[in-house]
Amino acid sequence: MTNYIKLLVLGVVAFFALVAANYARDLAYLVNALTIALAAAGLFLWTLRQTDEPVNQTDLSGEYMDGVVRAGVIATCLWGVVGFLVGTFIAFQLAFPALNFEFLQGIGNFGRLRPLHTSAVIFAFGGNALICTSFYVVQRTSAARLWGGNTAWFVFWGYQLFIVLAASGYLLGATQSKEYAEPEWYVDLWLTVVWLSYLAVFVGTIVKRKERHIYVANWFYLSFIITVAMLHVVNNLSIPVSIWGSKSVQVFSGVQDAMTQWWYGHNAVGFFLTAGFLGMMYYFVPKQAERPVYSYKLSIIHFWALIFLYIWAGPHHLHYTALPDWAATLGMVFSIILWMPSWGGMINGLMTLSGAWDKLRTDPVIRMMVISIGFYGMSTFEGPMMSIRAVNSLSHYTDWTIGHVHSGALGWNGMVTFGALYFLVPRLWNRERLYSLSLVNWHFWLATIGIVLYAASMWVTGIMEGLMWREVDANGFLVNSFADTVSAKLPMYIVRGLGGVMFLSGAIIMCYNLYMTVRRSPVLDTANSVVPAE
Amino acid sequence: METYSLLREFADSWMLLALFIFFVGLIFWVFRPGATKAYSEPAGIPFRHEDKPAPTNGADAEKEA
Repeated sequence: MTNYIKLLVLGVVAFFALVAANYARDLAYLVNALTIALAAAGLFLWTLRQTDEPVNQTDLSGEYMDGVVRAGVIATCLWGVVGFLVGTFIAFQLAFPALNFEFLQGIGNFGRLRPLHTSAVIFAFGGNALICTSFYVVQRTSAARLWGGNTAWFVFWGYQLFIVLAASGYLLGATQSKEYAEPEWYVDLWLTVVWLSYLAVFVGTIVKRKERHIYVANWFYLSFIITVAMLHVVNNLSIPVSIWGSKSVQVFSGVQDAMTQWWYGHNAVGFFLTAGFLGMMYYFVPKQAERPVYSYKLSIIHFWALIFLYIWAGPHHLHYTALPDWAATLGMVFSIILWMPSWGGMINGLMTLSGAWDKLRTDPVIRMMVISIGFYGMSTFEGPMMSIRAVNSLSHYTDWTIGHVHSGALGWNGMVTFGALYFLVPRLWNRERLYSLSLVNWHFWLATIGIVLYAASMWVTGIMEGLMWREVDANGFLVNSFADTVSAKLPMYIVRGLGGVMFLSGAIIMCYNLYMTVRRSPVLDTANSVVPAE
Repeated sequence: METYSLLREFADSWMLLALFIFFVGLIFWVFRPGATKAYSEPAGIPFRHEDKPAPTNGADAEKEA
């Protein structure tokens, strides 16, 4: 019966999407409508082939639902490589403008590719990593199978559709010009549906848990899911010009809009890239080190301090703007107070290894996790410092900001995700061990040196251009033109691009290693969840 | 009084106080006597059900209880 309802809904969606494609006012909308029509029609056929077929009723409540986690691991790897590749390419576009090819104008130039890169790494790579690890962790720490049956699969595929719609839209010019919130109104609506389903699966699993306590990693994951839902809805309040076009108009305007955007933007950093990934840290670091977290008390304080403080830090993005000074100062003060929970969390993660530091020598996976925590500490030191108004007057609009973001994103988010992937793949595919630890070592060093090259070159070029912009002669005239700073930056841009190449090659090595783990590593013959129960 | 001013005044005073008390109270609560022992139980959660969910019924469940 449910299949008939599904068929009806899918048919209507496919039909409506085709009508929308017919009336489309712009190319991005047309392509997105055709994508939706194709997805809905494909699903229609797939559902049709299963309708009125005998259903195999097996009781799976005694097993974890790992299929969706496996799919998420694959998606994380693939989107990661795509995101890093686009990032490396646009880094060279900045160094060599000729790479903005004439025949790709309006599709493949820097302005179109840049949001593709940021969204691919944050939402496609990071988002898939968060969704699949949260599904893995919440099951293990609740001792319960995922709630909601195939809803988890809906979350996975719905999220991939969101990524494809957003990415193809960016290239063809659909954007609402809000940083990290570029997707247009209909993509936002779709993400809201997917995200609320994700929330339902996650909360449902926690509710039916068999453990008395909710493990601290789940607190972090849950705060990430709830906060992102709230941020996404408020920051994307907009009215479409026409339901047949991608253009929409923001409900807020002026400084209110700017404040809402950076309230969103900074909390996307705070809850998507920090709280969610801390959830990963609080599960995978203890597991890989084979000892419980250093201080459970500290983890509780870490959680609540992060929740209470992060939400206020956004205004530091708007120093010296129309935003009232008191608001900017408030954001700055809260950013500085954030030093405490960030470093508390870092200490908690690192000290989990106390008594097991020798593992650093023998286990490259734990080395990866430890360096990610190190980068977490470094970038959460750098960030508050840059939020101080006086420092910000030098650093803002320069490449220092980009360097800061990348030491956080590549160093902290990237490395902890790689560590989690190396942990997950042998377990999910029931393998004894990874295919090659020396390849993990290669990945580790390539990525680390790549990040160091990236961050160091951006410090140099950022501070240099900040100083050049503000340099005045004895009569008070500016000494440098903007183009002077651009040409002075060329060597650092090339170094940055090379850093990107190294990071990308590390990620490709990881994909090869994980693939070979699944193909070649010896099968583990204990009763894992992959093996049906007796 | 318009809604904005009313909410703003409430947020600046009672809500701020309530949140602050919650936060400080929480830190004291975490360090309550006996907490170290109580927290060793949740800290061990990741090491308990690696392969399978906790059984709901049958002999396994009784064994575990």
